[in-house]
Amino acid sequence: MESTNAKYVSQKISKTRWRPVSSSALQQPHIFATGSWDNEDNKISIWSIGDHGLPGMEDELEGDPQLLCEYRHDGDVLDLQFLDQDRIVTASSTGAVTIFHHHQNSQTISVARQWARAHRNPCDNAPCTGVVCNSPEIVTVGEDGRIILFRADQEGAVRIIENADSNSIHAVTFLRTTEILTVNSIGQLKLWDFRQQSSSPSQILSLTGDRVPLHCVARHPNQQHIVATGGQDGMLCVWDVRQGNTPFSLIEAHSAEMWEVHFHPTNPDHLFTCSEDGSLLHWETASHSDMPSFLQGGRNNSMISRSAMAPAGGNQSLISAWLAGDSGKGRLETTHMLPSQTLSVNSLDVLGQCLVCGTDEEAIFVNRQVPV
Amino acid sequence: YNYFNWDCLLQFVKCATGSGSSLIHVVRKDEDIYSPILRKLFNESHHIFVGLQTIREDLPSKNKKPQFVSISKSYRSVIRACMEELQQVVSILLAIELIWNLCEVLFIDAVPAGSLLLHLLDWVRLHKADVDEKAREVLQSESPVEHHGYWDVPGSIHTLTEFDVKWRHWHEEVDRCLQDKSFASNVHLELICKILVGDEDTLLEHKELLSTWYHFLVTRLLFAHPTIKPTELHYYAQSCMAMFLDSRSAPETLDSILLAAFDFDIHQVIKDCSIALNNWWFVAHLTDLLDHCKLLQSHNLHFGSNLREFLLLEYASGLFNHHSLWQLAVDYFDHCPEFGRVYLELHIERVPLDTERKALKVLRICEQRQMPEQVRSICKIMAKRALRNNRLGSALSWSIRAKDAAFATLISERFLQDYCTRGTFSDLDLIDNLGPAMLLSDRLTFLVKYHEFHKLYGEKCFTEAAKLLLSLITAKIAPRSFWMTLLTDALPLLEQKEVSQTHPHLSLGLYDLTVICVFWSFQEEDIELTKVELLRLALARNLAKAIVKEGTVDA
Repeated sequence: MESTNAKYVSQKISKTRWRPVSSSALQQPHIFATGSWDNEDNKISIWSIGDHGLPGMEDELEGDPQLLCEYRHDGDVLDLQFLDQDRIVTASSTGAVTIFHHHQNSQTISVARQWARAHRNPCDNAPCTGVVCNSPEIVTVGEDGRIILFRADQEGAVRIIENADSNSIHAVTFLRTTEILTVNSIGQLKLWDFRQQSSSPSQILSLTGDRVPLHCVARHPNQQHIVATGGQDGMLCVWDVRQGNTPFSLIEAHSAEMWEVHFHPTNPDHLFTCSEDGSLLHWETASHSDMPSFLQGGRNNSMISRSAMAPAGGNQSLISAWLAGDSGKGRLETTHMLPSQTLSVNSLDVLGQCLVCGTDEEAIFVNRQVPV
Repeated sequence: YNYFNWDCLLQFVKCATGSGSSLIHVVRKDEDIYSPILRKLFNESHHIFVGLQTIREDLPSKNKKPQFVSISKSYRSVIRACMEELQQVVSILLAIELIWNLCEVLFIDAVPAGSLLLHLLDWVRLHKADVDEKAREVLQSESPVEHHGYWDVPGSIHTLTEFDVKWRHWHEEVDRCLQDKSFASNVHLELICKILVGDEDTLLEHKELLSTWYHFLVTRLLFAHPTIKPTELHYYAQSCMAMFLDSRSAPETLDSILLAAFDFDIHQVIKDCSIALNNWWFVAHLTDLLDHCKLLQSHNLHFGSNLREFLLLEYASGLFNHHSLWQLAVDYFDHCPEFGRVYLELHIERVPLDTERKALKVLRICEQRQMPEQVRSICKIMAKRALRNNRLGSALSWSIRAKDAAFATLISERFLQDYCTRGTFSDLDLIDNLGPAMLLSDRLTFLVKYHEFHKLYGEKCFTEAAKLLLSLITAKIAPRSFWMTLLTDALPLLEQKEVSQTHPHLSLGLYDLTVICVFWSFQEEDIELTKVELLRLALARNLAKAIVKEGTVDA
């Protein structure tokens, strides 16, 4: 594992995201955006790690992120997504949803559109906690329990699901083009179908009797029914949304809140998680079968299949099976990606062989040789 | 140049720093320190600019010229002021690096005689390199490294004693050459020799090359006492400082600090630095390191904490007041064994909680350190905020996390009120999934069970519904305001055949309740008498059926 160096940037980083590269090109990403939080003046910033066409080139100086441009952001940046090559959508703690335009010729940023109080409460601000894009559609969620669907080119919201959740919604992701998944602060995974007019989710999944808040959700890039979540207890859960209430696998990943989970977009046998405990983990299945091991879950291991019949309390056995390492089918390898313990790693993004993450110690780490 | 051109002003700034656009670049990167300074530039020059526009046009040019010159000087002084401020920051950093470096050599590395001088040489060289490029060249050219045979590095090949002997021998030889006037023909060579023997007067003659007294000190030691022991340093330091500084100029703060270091008076160094620097950063970190090296005797202050802890507490408290850097302070408090925890408890409650995510981070800090009071307090704040915004589900979740039964009761009452007003329950996704958390408060349990009753009724599981209703009544967890509602809910149940047949007890329990209600209704006027009437009728009918049935079976 190549060493990853920290770049101190004098702002606590809440989100880091690679700018998408065109799928046809074999290029590695070299531009990423960051959002800050907990500052009097927060900002979004765009960085470059230098354009090198050849993978495998190692040059410490070249790898050092250079600031291209930045722009003031009102409120904490609670989520950040690239809408396309030039536009970034942010979710703010003020409840605003903003589309920023990155002008690449002049290296400047301007506000393209803003929905100032998209998420709101009667008396206080309601932070917008999550945003996901499928250009031109943008879906946002917030502490007000609302789900809002926007279109980048329309001034008003396309659809608002009021009181979608009695608790705060923490994250959202697309399951299909018309379906989204949300996770909330009482440990529920909810499926919403925009084709339906009702304000109720089409499905609710949660660990029985468990109210541990969930903070992040990610969908497998190729298999749309497979979803990973992470929450306050640092537990990584892999679910099959077709199969109801019990997650496929439960893995004790971190010792504190897991803030983000990502499947590698082109190599989904690899999973990445980051946490309040200051670590960033790279999960790699070592099985040679077509289906990655943590998805084989309760099928191949006799210990697991026994406990699957007794869901209450069966979770313990699931965990121990994964930690003990089962019969050899589907080993799970874990690697720490950061050189030493830091304060919370709030965000990560991985694309190609490049990984970027941001921490509460006001540092950004970039690794351009992720073994995937 | 056009003085009134904005670009020109920037050009001035760039040229003055002699490094292209680096000033602007620096400003962007280190916004916290530098951008307030640049803002001053903009504001002050704006002021001058406006003043310039008001110069009267009708004055003859020979009168205008001095004014223009004066304005030009004003602009320049604004620029110089900015430069000075920036330099001030840099020069403070240079000074503390110098002090720290010396402390490292003398206290932390605690180098013995022999290598002490080498380290002091490096120390001075580094400082000179930072400050004065030109002098460094000169220093290098005078370096005795060039002198053949001088540098047998002590400690590596020879012992200190061997080196000392050799050096003395060499020193005597050079001295003899000087006495013999062997180099009298060559002034420069003679000068070099005098320097090489460490002749103080010669060295002092070249004061301008030795910009500081400590440079003079190290140079003198290099040539006159290269095997100096750490304990002997202070004597030479005193005398060098006295010789170098003019009698009229008093030693500056930096000089006293360095002198204290040469005196090995660590406490004095720390004390002087604490006073001189307006930021606790330096003394807190250095003292902590020195303490780890076991160099600080327990220096008890009047409230019993030791010096290291005192400084760390001061530093961390300052950090806690910063809107962003408070997170760093936590680790410092963690490592202050006596008062750290108390300080943390006091400070952590004052961190503003704008978002749930921030609250969760603060909670994690509290929970990791077993601070239940603070956990409860934070959860309560979040619960109250949610309640204020009518986010009952969120408020309930926070109350449960706080284990705050009273607040949970309050929120449950709100839910029940909502039900009474609207006829339906809200936030079913929450209420249905509380699990064991519902036992936190009676009212909450009632809420959950009552909703369950409605669900069962809706699914036409009348028997189950009736069982539940009975248990709700007999368990006495229903709020008084809800009794009529419960009874009203019971009415249709009683009409159900299967219920009355399988649950004679239901009727009896309800009968008790009806009696109580009836008595109660005579005292309060807001009970709907029609409802009570209907209820009594239904109960009577039911009871009659039950008696008949029982009678029939018995018979």
